[in-house]
Amino acid sequence: MTVGAFADRGADLELVGIEKRFPGFTAIENLNLTIPAGSFFALLGPSGCGKTTTLRLVAGLEEPTSGRILIGGADVTNQKSFQRPVNTVFQSYALFPHMTVLENVAFGLRRRKIGDPVAKAHEALLLVELDHLAHRKPQQLSGGQQQRVALARAIVNRPALLLLDEPLGALDLKLRRQMQLELKTIQEEVGLTFLHVTHDQEEAMTMADTVAVMNKGRIEQMGEPQQLYELPKTAFVANFLGQSNLFTGPVVSTTSTAIAVEVSGQKIVVPLGRAHRVSGEVTIGVRPEKLTLHAQAPIHDAGRNVVGPGRVIDVSFSGVSTQYLVAVPGVGTLVVFAQNMAFGPAAHVGAQVWLSWNVDHGFGLDDDPADAPRFEADLDTKTIARQRRSSLITELEGA
Amino acid sequence: MKLSLGKWLLPVYSGLALLFLMIPIGYTFVYSFNDSLKSNITWRGFTFDKWLNVCNVQNGAVCQAFGNSLFIGAVATVIATTLGTMIAIAIVRYRFKFRSQTSLLLFLPMATPEVVLGAGLAAQFLSLGVPKDMLTIILAHTMFCISFVVVTVKARVASLDPALEEAGRDLYGSAWQVFARITFPLLLPGILAAALLSFALSFDDFIITNFNSGAVTTFPKYIYISAARGIPAEANVLASAVFILALVVVVTVQVSGAAKARRLVKLS
Repeated sequence: MTVGAFADRGADLELVGIEKRFPGFTAIENLNLTIPAGSFFALLGPSGCGKTTTLRLVAGLEEPTSGRILIGGADVTNQKSFQRPVNTVFQSYALFPHMTVLENVAFGLRRRKIGDPVAKAHEALLLVELDHLAHRKPQQLSGGQQQRVALARAIVNRPALLLLDEPLGALDLKLRRQMQLELKTIQEEVGLTFLHVTHDQEEAMTMADTVAVMNKGRIEQMGEPQQLYELPKTAFVANFLGQSNLFTGPVVSTTSTAIAVEVSGQKIVVPLGRAHRVSGEVTIGVRPEKLTLHAQAPIHDAGRNVVGPGRVIDVSFSGVSTQYLVAVPGVGTLVVFAQNMAFGPAAHVGAQVWLSWNVDHGFGLDDDPADAPRFEADLDTKTIARQRRSSLITELEGA
Repeated sequence: MKLSLGKWLLPVYSGLALLFLMIPIGYTFVYSFNDSLKSNITWRGFTFDKWLNVCNVQNGAVCQAFGNSLFIGAVATVIATTLGTMIAIAIVRYRFKFRSQTSLLLFLPMATPEVVLGAGLAAQFLSLGVPKDMLTIILAHTMFCISFVVVTVKARVASLDPALEEAGRDLYGSAWQVFARITFPLLLPGILAAALLSFALSFDDFIITNFNSGAVTTFPKYIYISAARGIPAEANVLASAVFILALVVVVTVQVSGAAKARRLVKLS
C-alpha cells in the first residue's frame, strides 16, 4: 500500500515479537498481536502499562527495540511516520493553532497531493457536523468540537488504520457518550480498522469488538468484552475490568463437571469449563452483582455456593443499585451489588448475612497464587547500566 | 488622608518617571530643528534644513556612519537569528553531549562585561592577524547577538507542544515540511522578537565595536567621537527618525492586533 492513495478498506495490523526498552524500564515485553481488518480493537490498561507506547510504535513515532510491525501484510517497521498509511487522533488533539479548522483537516491531503483537498476536507467536517465552523481557529472551539476536528483531520485521509489515543479523556460524560456513538457510527460507515488506547474500561467495553487488557508491557487477556468480563483469566483482569470477589484455597475434589475449592472451611464449587487451573492452590472468584444477600442461612442447594455468616460493614446507595461490603471471618471482605428492586436497603450495617451465588457464575483464574509479580521494576542502577551497555554494543556493531 | 495620598502618589510618581525618561528624547528631537553651526548646544532658531540636508555635512560622514550601522546590524541579525534559532531548537529538543556546557557557553557573552569582551576579541583578532574592519565588527556583533536569540527562541520552543510536530509527521509531512509548515510558523513570533532584539543590540553597541572596528565608523562611534567637539544636529535628525520609525511600527502592530482581536470576538 502506498501513501499516495486512499486505502479502500481497513488493513490488518500485525505486531510480531515487539519489545521496547527505554533507559531504566521496559515498556513492552514480547508483544504479539494481530488485529483483523475492519475491527474496532481496544487496548485497555492502567497508565504506564505500555499501551500508549504500543500506539506510538504503530504510528512510527517510536522505534521498537526489536520485533516487526506489519500493516496489511507489508512490513513498515523501518518506515518513517509520514510514510505509513496510519493516522492518529492524539490525546491532546494536537490541532495546529496557526491554521483554520479547514486547513487543519486538509493538511494531510495537501501533503499527499491528493486532488481537491478543500472539498474533501469540507466533506469530513460535514461528517463530524462542524462544517459551519470551518474558518475558525482551533482555540475558538470547545473541547468536544476540537476533538471532532482531530477526528476529521485523521479520517479524511482514509488511513488503513486509525489510532485513537485516549481521545475522549478530556471530555465530560455527556459529550463522551456522544463521541463514543459518533466514533462507532463513523467506523461502521467508513469501515476502517480502529485501534483505540484507553484506561477507561467502560469505554473499551462499550465501543470495541475486541479488548486486550494490558499490564506491565504484556497482554494479559484478549477477547470480546463480555467474555473478558464474565471469564477473566487473571486477577489483574478480574479487578481492572469491574470488581471481583476473589478467594484462594486448595482444590479438594474434582468431578467430571466441576471442582470444589476449600476456602477457610467452606466449599466453593466452580464448573470445570470455567476454571483455568484444576489442581493445587487456586484462585477463584465471582462478580459482585452475581451475589445474593440472605438474612438467614439459605437452605442447601447443590446449584448454589454459600458463604457466611458475615457482617455488613458498609452500605452505599448509588441510585440503580446498592453496594454492600460484607466481612466474612476467614474469607475476607466481599462486595455485593444489589439492584434496588424495592425501597430501602436489604440489609443494614451490622446485620448478619449469608451470601450465595449460582455455581455457574464463578470463575477460576489462571494465576498461580504463589507467583510473585512477573517482572520487577528494573529501575535499579545495575539494570540501567546493563541496558545502556547493550544498546552501546549494538550501536558499535552497527557502525 | 491616607487613602487620598495613595490615590495621587502613584500617578504623580509615574508621571515624573515618564517625564524623566522622555526629556532626553524630547531634547534630541527639538534640537534636530536647531539652526546650529558647528556645535548643537545653544538654541539658534528653528529650521528644517538639517532634516532636508542630513547627508550633506562633513561629506556625508553622519549618513555614512548611519549606513554602516544599518548594514552591520542587518547582517549580524540575519546570521545570529539563523544560527541562534537552530541552536535553541537543538538545546530544547535533543539530548546530546555537551548540551549543558553549550547552554553555559551561550550565557557567558551576556554575563561578561562588554569592555572585557571587546578587548578580548580585539586581542584575538590581533594575534590571528585579522585586519579590523567591517568583517570583525559583524563577527563580534553576531557572537553576542546569538546568546540573546537563543534565550528568546528557547522559551518559545519549550512552550511548543511536541505533539504538534508529531501530528505533522503523522499527517504525511516530511521532516522539512513539518519544519516549514508547523515548527517555523509557530516559532515565528519568538524568532521575530529575537531578530528585533539583535538588531537593536547591534545598532546600539559602542564598546565592543570601538575595540574591533579599526577605521570603520558606526553611528554610535560617530556620535562618541563628535561629542568632543559638538555633535552636529544631523545626528539628532537621524536619532529622531529612528525613534519615530520605531514608534510608528509599534503603534501599527498594536492597532492591527487590537482590530484582529475585535474581529475574532465578533466571529465567535
